[in-house]
Amino acid sequence: MEISVAVNGTGRVSEVEPRTLLVYYLRDELGLTGTNVGCDTSSCGACTVHVNGESVKSCTMLAVQADGQEVTTIEGLAPSSDELHPMQESFQNNHGLQCGYCTPGMVMAACSLLEENPAPTEQEVREGLEGNLCRCTGYHNIVKAVLACSGQDMS
Amino acid sequence: MIPAAFDYQKANSSEEAIALIVEHGDEAKFLAGGHSLIPMMKLRLAVPSVLVDIAGVEDLSYINDCGDHVAIGALTKHRLLETSDLLLAECPLLAHVASKVGDPQVRHRGTLGGSLAHSDPASDLPAAVLALGGSLIAEGPGGQREIAVADFFTGYFESSLAEDEMLTEVRVPKAPGASWSYQKFNRRAQDWAIVGVAAVEVGGATQVSLVNMGSTPLRAEAVESALAGGASATEAAEAAAEGTDAPTDLNASPEYRDHLARVLTKRALEASGVS
Repeated sequence: MEISVAVNGTGRVSEVEPRTLLVYYLRDELGLTGTNVGCDTSSCGACTVHVNGESVKSCTMLAVQADGQEVTTIEGLAPSSDELHPMQESFQNNHGLQCGYCTPGMVMAACSLLEENPAPTEQEVREGLEGNLCRCTGYHNIVKAVLACSGQDMS
Repeated sequence: MIPAAFDYQKANSSEEAIALIVEHGDEAKFLAGGHSLIPMMKLRLAVPSVLVDIAGVEDLSYINDCGDHVAIGALTKHRLLETSDLLLAECPLLAHVASKVGDPQVRHRGTLGGSLAHSDPASDLPAAVLALGGSLIAEGPGGQREIAVADFFTGYFESSLAEDEMLTEVRVPKAPGASWSYQKFNRRAQDWAIVGVAAVEVGGATQVSLVNMGSTPLRAEAVESALAGGASATEAAEAAAEGTDAPTDLNASPEYRDHLARVLTKRALEASGVS
């Protein structure tokens, strides 16, 4: 069926099979491969994108469910191609990534978290990122990066 | 993993949704947030041939003060439950339990009605509503009916909803200032409870329900009657596994679940102020 989705601010009209998952629509149909597939069982959060500004796991949503909605992926976060989003910059400055596989999902989840809670405590950041797994176990610097992006230091 | 092929239909109103379900019969399923159904379809544990997407039925997302109870639209998302000032004031147990479902991404999509209609005995919200003792409104081709939550869960992933009925509203009694607690035991944040226990004081009595201790969410009747008879939290909690039929899986044996039910019930009762 035909769907019309605003992806990173650009209207896209595509023909998809109803069973197509949002993550495969983004990656295979639109070529937006920044969104990773990790566990494929809505556990790891590597596929996190924003739908209407809220974090969702795109492996557990059908592309047809995004019809008429706004989707933002990691590619759509930065204001321009030679600038990083403040959250991306904060991950870089605080060494918030090791292998980088979980990073797009972590950054998207972190932005959604700060949107809902602009000045979270360390505990709230940890709980806010509970849907994202980092198998390098680099959580400490990820939490530090999110706190720094909210204008707070990790005590 | 990609689900098996299905036909997708979008409903814009509950009448349209019910008409589509009537048309397609038991091969069709309602799709709300999809955070229980889509994972099951990916694993081929559910293979509906038609999905009727009801997420766009906007008038089913609300949380209203109705005097003695709070009425919640079936399509209200968990995130709205956990942040609702009305629920935090009038029915804090439900807001808190909603905040313990899955993770933020799941709570941005999952709906209260979807969770209840899915009737997973390991889910948090069915047990919370069962402990509160509310009622559910189902709409079918013949009109509406009210189902007491005590009569709603009939078996493993089965409810008393008829094939052509849609859950439209959940009514929970107000319990402002009441003592309550939800104890969820799991290994990772987004896992289902290995065992969970909800306790809440409604109308002067402590009501207790159990997650993942049988084929449906269960009221811990033995605990409740022990408390009514004057037992202490420690004494009453000893009866938590009575009348249950705990499942076995990779996480836990039935014996271990029985043990968890007793320990978590004691914690839930103590946290609710039962001494």
